[in-house]
Order: sequence, then structure tokens, then C-alpha cells
Amino acid sequence: MIKVENLVKKYGNVTALNHLNCRFETGKVTVILGGSGSGKSTLLRQLTGLEKPDSGSVYFDGVNLTTANKKKLYGIRRKMGMLFQGSALFNYLNIFENIAFPLREHTKIADNIIKTIVTMKLEMVGLRGTEKLMPSQLSGGMMKRVGLARAMVMDPKIIFYDEPTSGLDPISTGVIDKLIKDLNQALNITSVVVSHDMESCFRIADNIMILFFGDIIAEGTVEEIRNSKDLRVKQFINGEPEGPIPFTRTDKNYLDEILFR
Amino acid sequence: MEIAASLGRITLNRLQILGRSGIFLFMSVFQAFLPPFRIPRLVKEIEFIGSKSFLIVFVTALFTGMVLGIQGYYSLSQFGAEAALGVMVALSIIRELGPVLCALMVTGRAGSAITAEIGIMKITDQFPALEMMAIDPLKYVISPKVVAGIISLPLLTAFFDLVGIAGGYLVGVKLLGVNEGAYLGKMVKAITFTDIHGGILKSLCFGLLITWISSFMGFTAEPTTEGVSRATTNAVVLTSLSILIVDYILTSLLL
Ligand SMILES: Nc1ncnc2c1ncn2[C@@H]1O[C@H](COP(=O)(O)OP(=O)(O)O)[C@@H](O)[C@H]1O
Ligand SMILES: [Mg+2]
Repeated sequence: MIKVENLVKKYGNVTALNHLNCRFETGKVTVILGGSGSGKSTLLRQLTGLEKPDSGSVYFDGVNLTTANKKKLYGIRRKMGMLFQGSALFNYLNIFENIAFPLREHTKIADNIIKTIVTMKLEMVGLRGTEKLMPSQLSGGMMKRVGLARAMVMDPKIIFYDEPTSGLDPISTGVIDKLIKDLNQALNITSVVVSHDMESCFRIADNIMILFFGDIIAEGTVEEIRNSKDLRVKQFINGEPEGPIPFTRTDKNYLDEILFR
Repeated sequence: MEIAASLGRITLNRLQILGRSGIFLFMSVFQAFLPPFRIPRLVKEIEFIGSKSFLIVFVTALFTGMVLGIQGYYSLSQFGAEAALGVMVALSIIRELGPVLCALMVTGRAGSAITAEIGIMKITDQFPALEMMAIDPLKYVISPKVVAGIISLPLLTAFFDLVGIAGGYLVGVKLLGVNEGAYLGKMVKAITFTDIHGGILKSLCFGLLITWISSFMGFTAEPTTEGVSRATTNAVVLTSLSILIVDYILTSLLL
């Protein structure tokens, strides 16, 4: 389980995370929703210890990631997998070697067993036969699936997904959603998914958390969020352009600005 | 007052960058000596920085030696000292032109490529991906490059020296008719170990300088396509200038 206490992260004078308190339960799929720039990726970077917060703590199974030294952090990371927004495949390695990479670096497993493991992971994401291709030869959806195969290869206890379905066609989206759900149910892998896709969110989530410019404005089970009376939550899940969440980012009055006042 | 403040800010900023690049270098060089050792990665980097530079170094060295042959002959013959042509060519190449020109050519060929490669890895989140797999990106990506630079440059420079001296021989002895025995004999007698050590020391420093600056510029590039192309240009300019400045400092210390 991950527990977040009073987490603050600032970039210059932008407060990306504003005193967050939340928890991510073991064996559950938690979806973090929010418009772009609301701090979702920033939160993931704090949860994984990739960045240090300005204040507050993140506990992973009781270990404080914000104060852990490098050795401890790397030990914990062996239990984590992450699918990056842009897949983050190594561009100089082919698909096989990309997936085999963590095994080669961290284990002394023999080549033929590595081959078996990689083949199994590729079968899971439906990409057997692409072993010899380079990442640049794949479509965005296929790269995400390879990224997922690589994230799973060390059998992590938790997988973080940063916008796993953004920019994908509906079928690829469905495939990825099903993979996330299957991994969670079959292998009991805890999942933290960043998304702004409502449909996909309701398909996979056990719990939902909505971020709005660094603040959590709602959290709860799928049902609780669906039935929420909060106008901001309603606007977000219905995708309405008008409402308490402003579309424009500036405080300047539009009339004032076009009339040079 | 404002000028002083902004000057101070700029100086502080520069110092900060210098400090950060120092830590960056320390971490990547220091970690090169800690296990696990990734020999295949090192071999690959030596191939990229070293082996693939052989042709360009060969051509540069040959023509540099040949030009020195002509220019040297012209100057020396005014004092009737053509016999010293070998000494002149060899000393200028071993002490100065070999290490410096070799380093400049490698900067253009490999340094820019290193910056671009690392910049692209940065844009596409490959460094955090390594971090998430519990692998230190500095140790995995940067250390082999720095070590490969330190190994490759002295070897390339030795090759440059040989080819350059042969180039001077071709023009001086075969074309302009300088006595062969004088060209080689006087040369061998005049060159001391200090000259050779100095050349090697310079090339070691340049190997470090090239891989350090190019890697650092890529690592700290603004994570956009323009950011990486700017970093690549800056890396080449900064490395070339640093090579010339460090060359002066080393020369004055060694003499
Ligand atoms: N490395 C960074 N440097 C400066 N500002 C950043 C950085 N990362 C994120 N931000 C800022 O923090 C805010 C939240 O960003 P992010 O977490 O990427 O949002 P999301 O993933 O929800 O779209 C944005 O205003 C963004 O500009
Ligand atoms: Mg994001």
C-alpha cells in the first residue's frame, strides 16, 4: 500500500501538488483523473521516488521513499513497474532486448529461459513475432504494449501507468484497458493509472481520485464518483465545457484584453 | 546597482552549472570503477568514439603532415637547414597538432552525436525508465562514454602522429628531395620522452573533456527538439574552445 502525507511539490512558482493526502490500496486499480497540467505525472514521479517533494512523505509498504537512500530506493523499485506516457522504450535496442533488459541487468538467468520469459510476456500483450523489430517501426499502441511487457517482466507488485491510452485508437484503448484489468485480477498486481479518459476509467477503476491543479477534489469508489453532487466532478465526468472549472487559463477579462483596456 | 545584481546572478548561475557538471563528471567517472562492470557497453562506445574515427583522423593527419612538410621546407631552406625538416614536423605534430587536431575532429564526429543521443534519450523519458528499473542512468549511459573517450583519444592521437610524420616524409623526402637519413635520423635523436608523455597527457585530458562536455550538454538539454539541437551546437562550440584553452594551459605547465 502507498500512503501519501501532506505532499507538496513546486516548480518555480507553480504549485504542482498542494498538500496532498491519499492512499493507494493493495490489489486495487486506482485511477487518477485530471485535466492536463493538473499534476498527475508529477504525483506519479513522487510516488515512485523519481523526484523528491518539497515537503511531505510517501510511504511504500511502510518505507518512506522521500528519505530512503539510493540503495533502498533501488531495492523498492525492483517491486515496481512503470509504463511511461511515451513508452520510453530504448531506441537502440530491438523489441526483444527491450523486454529482456531488466532480466539481463538484474538476474543471471540463462539465455534460453530469458527467451521463454520474453515470449510469454509478448504473447500476453499480443505482440509475438515483433521480437526483431526496432521501437521506431511500431505504432504508438504497439509501443505501449511493449512498454507494458517490459514493465511486467520482473513480476512487479505494483505497476504505474501514465496515460496508457491517450492518443490511441478505440481498439488499442480497449486492449490496454483489458490488459490492466487482467493483470490486476489474475496476478493481483496493484495498479495506479493516470488518465483523462472517462470511459476507460470507469471500465478499469476500483477507486478514483480527481486532481484539479494540485488539489484532490474528489476520491472514492466508482459508484461514489458517479453519484457525486460536486459540480466540478460532474463537469469533469460529463466533459462539459461550461462549469466551475474554467476553460481559459488566464485571469484577464476577455473583453478587457481584446479592447486593450 | 541593478547591473551589479544581474551580473551577480549570472555569475552565480554559471558557477552553479559548473558545480553541477563537476558532480555529474565525478558521479560518472567514479562509478565507472564500481561493479557491475559493463564491458560490452564499453567496447561499443570505444568502437563508436575510437574505431569509427580512424578514417577521418587518417585523412586529417596525412594532409597536416604534408602541409607541414611544404611549409617547413620553405622556412628551413631560407637558413639552409632543410635537414631539420623531420625534427620540425615530428615535434609540432607530437607536441601540439596531433592531440589538438585529433580532439577537434573527434569532437565534430563523435561529440555532437553523443549530445544528440543523450538528448533524445532524455526527451523520450529513457533516463527515468532506467531509474525505474533500478539502474543508475549516469553509470549505465555516461560512464562507458567517458571511459571510452579516455581510452580512445591517446590511441587515435598516436595513430595521428605516425600518419602525420609519414605525410611530412612523403612531401619532404620524396617530393622535395630532403635527405632521407637526415629526416628520420635527426628526428629520432631530437624527440625526447617528455615530448611523447606530454602529447599523451594532452590527449587523455581531451578525451575526458569531449565526452564530459558532450554528455553533460545532452543530459541538461531542454527536453524539446529545439532544446536538443541547440545543445548539440553548443556542445561542439564549447568543447572546441575548451580544447584550445586547456591545450594552452597544459603546454605552459609542461614546458
Ligand atoms: N519538470 C518540470 N519543470 C517545471 N514545471 C513542471 C515540470 N513538470 C511539471 N511542471 C508543471 O507542473 C504542473 C503539473 O504538470 P504535470 O504533472 O505534468 O501535469 P499532468 O501530467 O496532469 O498533465 C504543470 O503546470 C507543469 O507545467
Ligand atoms: Mg502527464
